[in-house]
Amino acid sequence: MRKVAIIGIGALKARPKSPELSYKEMTYQAAKLAYQDAGIDPQELQSFVTLAEDIHEGTSIFDEYTPDQLGSAQKPMHTITHDGLVGLADAAMQIASGLFDLVVVEAHSKASNIKNKADIEAYALDPNWVRPLGIPAHALAALEAACYIKESGVTEEALAEVVSKNKGNAKSNHLAAYPKSVTLKDFRGSTSRCSPLRDIETAHHADGACVIVLAGEERAKANGAIPVWIQGFGWATETSAIDSKTWDKAVYATAAAKKAFRMAGIADPQKEISLLEIDDTYAFKELQHLEAIWIFERQSAWKKTLEGATAIKGKIPVNASGGCLGMGEMLEAKGLYQVHELVTQLRGKAGKRQVENAKRGVALAWRGVPTSSGACLVLGRQPQ
Amino acid sequence: MNEQASLAPVVPQLIGTNLRTRDFRTGSVFFEYYKPKLEYAWDTGKAIGKFLAEMKKGRVAATHCSKCKRTLVPPRIFCEKCFRDIDKWVTLKDTGVIETFSVSFVTWDVKRLEKPQIPAVIAIDGATPGYGFLHLINTKDWKALRVGQRVKAVWKPAHQRKGSITDIKYFEVIE
Repeated sequence: MRKVAIIGIGALKARPKSPELSYKEMTYQAAKLAYQDAGIDPQELQSFVTLAEDIHEGTSIFDEYTPDQLGSAQKPMHTITHDGLVGLADAAMQIASGLFDLVVVEAHSKASNIKNKADIEAYALDPNWVRPLGIPAHALAALEAACYIKESGVTEEALAEVVSKNKGNAKSNHLAAYPKSVTLKDFRGSTSRCSPLRDIETAHHADGACVIVLAGEERAKANGAIPVWIQGFGWATETSAIDSKTWDKAVYATAAAKKAFRMAGIADPQKEISLLEIDDTYAFKELQHLEAIWIFERQSAWKKTLEGATAIKGKIPVNASGGCLGMGEMLEAKGLYQVHELVTQLRGKAGKRQVENAKRGVALAWRGVPTSSGACLVLGRQPQ
Repeated sequence: MNEQASLAPVVPQLIGTNLRTRDFRTGSVFFEYYKPKLEYAWDTGKAIGKFLAEMKKGRVAATHCSKCKRTLVPPRIFCEKCFRDIDKWVTLKDTGVIETFSVSFVTWDVKRLEKPQIPAVIAIDGATPGYGFLHLINTKDWKALRVGQRVKAVWKPAHQRKGSITDIKYFEVIE
């Protein structure tokens, strides 16, 4: 298989609202940044993958609306209704197979344009035996949190630390929408919509757009810029049956990471990964995901977090970008913002939040409630 | 076999009981009914935002790319061919040419219309040939409509305009 690298990244600052720009204009601006970063002429680009969900956009067959703002009119283009990481895997395969040399991945969030998010989330529940109960989708995350917290013995202090760390990291990330200093007192004082989840440990939506340019080995090397290599990827779904899924463990994350790590040749995840961008849509998810992908032993992620292991200066930094809690919940663009951070870190350009000696980074995205779907991507300074 | 018989649809004989609408109404079959509630308020952005604001003033706004020399309507802030920012805004006339049209005797939800609705793509004067927008034609004699005929916008009175494509009521043939 041909080796594949990321040669260009572009993202707009995440914001709670973006009233002066349409999604097309946001995407165009992110694409322009990415193409400049890659040092390529947009006319050279060969294939395009976008990530979008019709019901989030409010337009059906949304893939018809994506080409112009990427410069992809009359070129191969398709849309996947999944997280950005799945789009990156798709693009990487298009190059690895020899079909194309230069492929673009795009995702955006105009979450502020959705006026009834709760209805949209409820619309994802099974219509026959779940929706009639009238339970908010958010409560499903609370059920998972309750189960995980009990099984793992997670303390309030540990959850507060995840929030404090991520929102704190976001303070040195100019792309983040929700940077903040958070204390244990703030955490305890936060309201609860569905116990045990507090408002402060739940990521809030933000608008933004992110574009990534991928290239085959020869093209990447000829490019001049420092390529960041795609070493492995995987994605998985446990089950859509929320009544019989696993509540304490993130099985999808384990399955996705297993594939990605094997492809990347990672034998010991604790020693061979420099930093991670891990889905933390809810604070407990960061801990649950870290255990699911063998970064920490079961029931120990919260202790390691309290010891500072996941801080930027810690043994294995997690969500240096600020994660979803600090950056904002970006719908399909979540994974691409994770990749944007990892590429910045692996290039050594993360400024104040730079992780020392960053050689290999892992992104893990979760598709959000009510799913048990996720994707994993391994990036490195070397092809393998 | 006569001709009538050969045109009749072939309906296989199925085993079981036919369901009728009243079976659903009376609850003798089980089903879930759900009406989704979908609400959006889309940011129009710089290009379409200005286009709509100009509509309210009774003007057709377009943008121009000085590299490919195209004048784009509806406007965009980027040229999708050259993949660069547009260079300037221009105001076009509210006249143009019928590119293509259809005489439609049904509404979008398939209700019969006595007076047909005529959707047409109008290539706007001053825009790059072939560029314009979809709108409606109003005519007493739809049978006389032809592709290539010249048309002009009929605007709503200023106080009724609200920054919408419907601020133009319709186009009428001018020759």
